[in-house]
Amino acid sequence: MSKNVIVIGGGAAGIEAAGQLAMAGYPVIIIEKGQEIGGHLLDWYHLFPDRRNSVEVVSYLNDIAENRNISILKNRQTEKIERNKGNFHLRTSAGDEIEAGAIVVATGFDLFRSEKKEEYGYGIYDNVITSADLEKMFRAGDILLKNGKAPSKIGLVHCVGSRDEKSGNLYCSKLCCVTAVKQAIELREKLPSSKVFCFYMDMRMGGAHYEELYLEAQEKHAVSFIRGKVSEVGVAHNGSLVIKAEDTLAGRPIRIELDMLVLMAGMEMSEGGRKISSDLHLSTGSNRFFSSIDNHYGSNLSNENGVFYAGTCTAPMSIPETISHARAAATEVIRYMKNTGK
Amino acid sequence: MSRFGFTITKARFIDYESNDRRISEYISEMEPSFLRCIECGCCSATCTAAGFTKFSLRELNILIKRGENKEINKTIRKCMLCGKCTLVCPRGVNTRNVITLAKEAYQKAENHAV
Ligand code: SF4
Ligand code: SF4
Ligand code: SF4
Repeated sequence: MSKNVIVIGGGAAGIEAAGQLAMAGYPVIIIEKGQEIGGHLLDWYHLFPDRRNSVEVVSYLNDIAENRNISILKNRQTEKIERNKGNFHLRTSAGDEIEAGAIVVATGFDLFRSEKKEEYGYGIYDNVITSADLEKMFRAGDILLKNGKAPSKIGLVHCVGSRDEKSGNLYCSKLCCVTAVKQAIELREKLPSSKVFCFYMDMRMGGAHYEELYLEAQEKHAVSFIRGKVSEVGVAHNGSLVIKAEDTLAGRPIRIELDMLVLMAGMEMSEGGRKISSDLHLSTGSNRFFSSIDNHYGSNLSNENGVFYAGTCTAPMSIPETISHARAAATEVIRYMKNTGK
Repeated sequence: MSRFGFTITKARFIDYESNDRRISEYISEMEPSFLRCIECGCCSATCTAAGFTKFSLRELNILIKRGENKEINKTIRKCMLCGKCTLVCPRGVNTRNVITLAKEAYQKAENHAV
């Protein structure tokens, strides 16, 4: 029986779970498809609700990864996973062969591909971008339109690829409302003469201090919140973007011209996760994320003995939720290893 | 009923005590997707008729649900049944059928058949 634990995915969940297992004395092998660990954090500028620089969290993860019980195989994907009695045998795309007693699946999420929502014009109109593209602009330091000018009227579209039967995702991605609020504030700070509008169906500000951030966006930054789902985006004669939406609280259609539109892309089960779910026969829910054997007290447990879940491969989660979930996954793995004599 | 410290004219209420919600119930039974509406306004944003005249399918939906039947009759005929609303609804409401049923139900209600 192998004492090794394989962690699939080197994002916040994978690294945190690996760190806990390494501290408990288990040799951990992390398989990461990218060149760096940190997952989506690497693409994000500031985190909500306190607008901390994501670099700080990435460096926390890098410190964990220093543990000598941890080895990280980067630029690799899992090619094949087999079960052989109590052990797992995994082969990576680079040909590594690894034996392990348990597997932590931490394959995270993929952002909804906004071009699939064709009526919003992502990939068609120059100044329709996604929340992830905006984070890159924040990182680069300049918020610019394709013509090199700064935008003066910016619209943020909530629920892109979430809560939308047409996109095949009925669930709420939970974190895009607060992302929109955070981004609206940062846009107003970087471009003080700009006007920012959020088009939402419901403001879901459930996390700690999210509602306060919403209040700040209204009070300090004069962000306009308009309740109405955007149905289509087009271009006016003068080149500005026009949207179709109803101001449902006023009960009338809106006419507005915008320079830039930011689509709040939702979270979906990752492609990597889907592959592993078929290799290991892991159950998924109607939302396509992994489904645990118990929603209340077993959210880290899969339907396969020895396979555990950490983080957003099970549902959209914030960073603190992901870290907690990953720690809980490590606890479950340790219990399993002890019970099976590993 | 206890008295509030202010007066409010009767017409301001959506009167849950006396509104007749049979039209709403009829539509929900014949077209259960009607129950899924979240009043997002995507249908009314894209609506062909709404561009020309004061008409909002979203508003119509909520009025039907609340049993504000007088209001329904005033506006429902503005719909041209083009079906664009069905294409954009994030909740998969079969909006065109809702309108057809609403018209039908209203007719029946007028003839006291629902
Ligand atoms: S968090 Fe907000 S924007 Fe994201 S899916 Fe939920 S309601 Fe929509
Ligand atoms: S688009 Fe659908 S959910 Fe939205 S208001 Fe219209 S019918 Fe209701
Ligand atoms: S079917 Fe009626 S309500 Fe729907 S878009 Fe066409 S005119 Fe508007």
